[in-house]
Amino acid sequence: MPARPCGPYRPSGTTARSTAIHRRALPLLLIPLSGCSGIQSALDPAGDEAAAIYTLFLVMVAGGALIWLAVVGLLLHAARRREAPWSEKTAGRLIAWGGVAFPVAVLLALLAYAVWLMPAIRPWLAHSAPAARPIEVTGEQFWWRIRYPAAEGMPAFETANELRLPVGARAVFALKAQDVIHSFWIPALGGKMDMIPGRTNTLSLLPTRAGVFRAPCAEFCGASHTLMAFSVVVMEPEDYAAWRRAQAGGNPATGSEGERLFAGHGCAGCHGIRGLTETASLGPDLTFFGQRQTVGAGTLANTAENVARFIRNPDKVKPGAKMPAFDMLPDGDIAAMADYLVGLK
Amino acid sequence: MRLIPKEIESLWTLFTAPTIWALHFLACYITAAVTCAKAGAVPFSFDTMRLALGLITLAALAGIVLSAVLAWRQWGFGSGDPPHDEPTRKDRLLFQGFATLLLSGLSFVAVLFVAMPLVFIGACQP
Ligand code: HEC
Ligand SMILES: [Cu+2]
Repeated sequence: MPARPCGPYRPSGTTARSTAIHRRALPLLLIPLSGCSGIQSALDPAGDEAAAIYTLFLVMVAGGALIWLAVVGLLLHAARRREAPWSEKTAGRLIAWGGVAFPVAVLLALLAYAVWLMPAIRPWLAHSAPAARPIEVTGEQFWWRIRYPAAEGMPAFETANELRLPVGARAVFALKAQDVIHSFWIPALGGKMDMIPGRTNTLSLLPTRAGVFRAPCAEFCGASHTLMAFSVVVMEPEDYAAWRRAQAGGNPATGSEGERLFAGHGCAGCHGIRGLTETASLGPDLTFFGQRQTVGAGTLANTAENVARFIRNPDKVKPGAKMPAFDMLPDGDIAAMADYLVGLK
Repeated sequence: MRLIPKEIESLWTLFTAPTIWALHFLACYITAAVTCAKAGAVPFSFDTMRLALGLITLAALAGIVLSAVLAWRQWGFGSGDPPHDEPTRKDRLLFQGFATLLLSGLSFVAVLFVAMPLVFIGACQP
């Protein structure tokens, strides 16, 4: 199987095998195209804005292909041996039409199309809709703080590294940055928008298909920039409402061993778990952590072993991560805390 | 009737059209940026601004056409054939006329491109 440049996302760092492509296997080259679907692809839109971008992409590719064919055709035509050369007048006319008028008209049309499409890609007028209270997303080295506003009688709450949205409802985001510039990009849903310290940028997206998508940080932000991503779960509205209700309620104390250790080892100084600890804000909120797709903001699959690995030495998993190592703790303690966190469902 | 004395039909007229293009560009970008940054504080609406910039665009295009007509005349209304590369005073004048004409064409298209968003963008981004 050829390498799939935009194949499915594998959080635990597996690699795709690549094989030499035999000339007779040329049609296989088309197979990577199937890899362009998937959870982090702008070529597999699941939202209105992404669909507009996808259309723009197709139009530009088709336009580019036609122009390329025309140029190559002209080249072949010009290289042909002929009896009498073109008269200077005919050649001049060819240059005027083919070299000036045609490119000006094509560029004018493409530019008009792209500018006309802009309101569909960045529907900023939607921001002023009364229902649109923004979800605040803050980029921090190297994770995402997400604050949901109070809505429909349910209180505001904070979560991290996983965004949940109802399908078919316009979502508005207030984008901020804590330390350096990050960039918010959910390829399946729309274009990207920078997060700049000291500024609030607004972005609006309309998800049209339920599913789980991956959103990488799109602006280099430090050593673990590539390991800074979040998951986006687009859900049916009823499921979303149930999720919201549960989130606001939090994870009440169970009295488990892991929970006791979590409080005892000082984790709660940086991490909040609603219903259990006071909200701390240095690190990601961990309420319902077990529901998340990944640990370490898109770095590893969310399994008890990976969580333990992360707690033992975050810097090894994620260079520069701003969580101290806990490798001085007994393995048993770490495993118990990991089990507890993964069990917060 | 001469609009501009013949002596000025020189390097200076060569730059007229690109200068209009540059000024038009600045007018569009600065006006739009200030209007949006001061949204609510400026005493006119976004559509008024669009209209005003549209008129400025027409004026800029008219200026460029004028520059093109003058250049065309300087070029002898296309009577001679380029490239006008003899080391004579006449050829230099014709060459400049021709170059000015081409630059006017470029500037005309560029002003159209710069003005394009006026047609499609109807509001500031918040
Ligand atoms: C000094 C503050 C601090 C302390 C103390 C701390 N953490 Fe963290 N923790 C962080 C930060 C910051 C991150 C985000 C790291 C990143 O992804 O870049 C994090 C990330 C995590 C994550 C991953 C969250 C996610 O959504 O991917 C887990 C799990 C975690 N910490 C568990 C713990 C446990 C268990 C302890 C106690 C043994 C602990 N942390 C102590 C700051 C802290
Ligand atoms: Cu980042």
